[in-house]
Amino acid sequence: MNINWKEYYSGDFYDELINKNGNPRRPAKRLAEYLAGLGSEELHKRRQLAEATIQEMGVSFTVYTDEGNIDRAWPFDIIPRVIPAKEWNLIAEGLKQRLRALNLFINDIYHDQQIIHDGVLPAYLIEKSANFRRECVGVKPPHGVWAHICGSDLVRDSNGRMYVLEDNLRVPSGVSYMLENRAITKRILPEMFARGNILPVDDYPSRLFDTLAALSPRKVKQPEIVVLTPGIYNAAYFEHAFLAQRMGAELVEGSDLVVNDDDCVYMRTIRGLERVDVVYRRIDDMFMDPEAFRKDSMLGVPGLMRAWKRGNVALANAPGAGVADDKVIYAYVPKIIQYYLDEKPLIPNVETYLCDNDEQRGYVLDNLDKLVVKPANESGGYGMLVGPHSSKKEQAQFARLIAQNPRNYIAQPTLSLSTAPTLVNGGLPESRHLDLRPFILQGRELYVTTGGLTRVAMVKGSLVVNSSQGGGSKDTWIVDTEGR
Amino acid sequence: MLSRVAERLYWIGRYLERAENTARLVGVYDNLLYDLPKGLINISWYNLIDLNSCGDAFAKRYQVQSERNVVKFLLVDTDNLNSLPSAVRAVRENLRTSRDVVPPEAWEQINELHIFCREHIGDGLSRNRRHAFLTHIIERCQGINGLMVGTLSRDEAWHFLKLGCNVERADMTTRLLDAGAAVLENSEVFETSNPAQVIWGNVLRSQGAYMSYRRTVKATVKGSDVARFLLDDEAFPRSVAYCRAQIDRASNNLSQVSGRKHRMHTELPHYIIEQEGDLGKDFRGFLNQLQLAIGEVHNVICENWFSRGQHSRQQQTQG
Repeated sequence: MNINWKEYYSGDFYDELINKNGNPRRPAKRLAEYLAGLGSEELHKRRQLAEATIQEMGVSFTVYTDEGNIDRAWPFDIIPRVIPAKEWNLIAEGLKQRLRALNLFINDIYHDQQIIHDGVLPAYLIEKSANFRRECVGVKPPHGVWAHICGSDLVRDSNGRMYVLEDNLRVPSGVSYMLENRAITKRILPEMFARGNILPVDDYPSRLFDTLAALSPRKVKQPEIVVLTPGIYNAAYFEHAFLAQRMGAELVEGSDLVVNDDDCVYMRTIRGLERVDVVYRRIDDMFMDPEAFRKDSMLGVPGLMRAWKRGNVALANAPGAGVADDKVIYAYVPKIIQYYLDEKPLIPNVETYLCDNDEQRGYVLDNLDKLVVKPANESGGYGMLVGPHSSKKEQAQFARLIAQNPRNYIAQPTLSLSTAPTLVNGGLPESRHLDLRPFILQGRELYVTTGGLTRVAMVKGSLVVNSSQGGGSKDTWIVDTEGR
Repeated sequence: MLSRVAERLYWIGRYLERAENTARLVGVYDNLLYDLPKGLINISWYNLIDLNSCGDAFAKRYQVQSERNVVKFLLVDTDNLNSLPSAVRAVRENLRTSRDVVPPEAWEQINELHIFCREHIGDGLSRNRRHAFLTHIIERCQGINGLMVGTLSRDEAWHFLKLGCNVERADMTTRLLDAGAAVLENSEVFETSNPAQVIWGNVLRSQGAYMSYRRTVKATVKGSDVARFLLDDEAFPRSVAYCRAQIDRASNNLSQVSGRKHRMHTELPHYIIEQEGDLGKDFRGFLNQLQLAIGEVHNVICENWFSRGQHSRQQQTQG
């Protein structure tokens, strides 16, 4: 079957590839014409090839089910999403601005709390924050940076504008899939790359390595960097192993590390104990060190906090960085940028209602059927109410939850997420909603991935893009249409 | 190399060997059934449970010590940690987390073995399909071992695999000899046939040792010769002496690469076998001593390289 983009329908949403008149947007023109030339049969053949490639490469993620943990093949759509380089450069600047401000904010919160004294942020927000760690007060991590790796979620509304939906400052994941998506797409659509001006993405592991190495407390030529994973049963284990391998770092579990009486961290090797300088930890704060946090954690390393506070090991991200990864703090980020940098935010926030503000809560409760309600400290798309897709019963349940703990809930208008053509079950490409998660690094320098991980809701009309809940992903092309 | 990675490689070596040898062990008894007329000698399948020291675990699941229950326990039960499917699963789980140090094909091959085991799990229970099933398992295990021999660099990873393989193999050879001695304990010599010859012939065949034995010993199959061969022959790769030499070699190499001077005490007890009468109760007692000494070798390996201060995550199940 031939693909006629004039017949492609994306409703009232902004489509990333095809405009309202059925014409490809300029940066996507070559891609759209190429796909139309292939026809849908050939496209589906390539989709099968992609699936076989994913199996072969063993790209998987783990899903928790009643029958135990299952490794599932990574769901992937072969039609890339295209963003012009000119637009991307502005977004990248905005993301750097945001992370710089957030790190200044976290550092301030664990020291003088100037922002509170100046009346910009109410003190009780921090006092009641689930991710504020008293143990971190007064600690001075290298470069004053707490969040070294940040994954921010971007969405595009029907007006075509990009917004930041949330910032993940604890243990954001997905970057390995961004890299694998590109590796697969190069095999599936090689012709596009041969003649294209698609900017490469694969320097992320070496940038991550540089960022981590710059944190080493010992000034040695080759600092020992390890990736600390909760283990094989973690949903992101594939990514932990992937990044360790790409960086040439050791992949360790809690029981591989030990903190000695000298408050230094060592790993157990067949040569005996070897000193560790930097821990890229993919374990949540609460499970990281049973001595400081949850006593029952079997995943952590007793004494890790002690070693970190003494400055004998670097932890990325630093414990307590999650204080800024709170959807209530999120609402204050534009003010935070203004306060610390004296700059206007380059990327806007999505309008956010705070449920602990009486007036705003009143509005939220009156409009539960229109809004998206989110808990302040969950990730992975859990515990949410999507108003327009919810029942009266669910709305009543959320009204109760909000009344019980207003500080823990925020609400946002239901966004008309942008769409892109996606190949589903045999037919012609159909429009599906998507978002974008770029990754931002801050150590001595700032770095933003070229694009990021585009996540797509594979179910028609759905807005939930999380892989744990049936989402898929696409390769993201930053195309330089002016470079030549 | 992280101690944990080293430990996993060691257990890959052990469990792979255990999977193969469990198939071999059941194979010996299977063959004996066809070679020894019923009524002439009463073979108790339960010997297989006894000599694997899993009487308690067996008793928890079964009341009757029948062929079906014994075979089920060894070839089917996933909650028996010594069963064939448990061993295959353990190899797979350890390999899954050490994929960056072994050839990538090893992961595919262990997956295939795992799938085969799962899909044909009933074959081991059926007398007429059992032989083919066991043969297939043995061949697949040999395939994976062959892949390692042919493609793995002779670095730390290789030495840890070798350690595991040879510790398990030496242990299993003692148990196979015990299997033979146990059957013989309950039998008499009849005019028409000599069960001893049949039994020891099968012990040899189960270890793929028949041809090597004939060429080395140059005599008919006799229990005392078979026992000496499987214990002391320095050239046959499944004999205890050969395995011991391999363990010494691997641990010397590891002491060098890891820069730690470790002595491996691989002194194993010895037992003089001169005639058929030497294969009785004392012999079985000696085999038990030998198994304990091999267990001690395992402990030294753990202390030398895997010591994590608190616990070893995997247990030594037998002995």
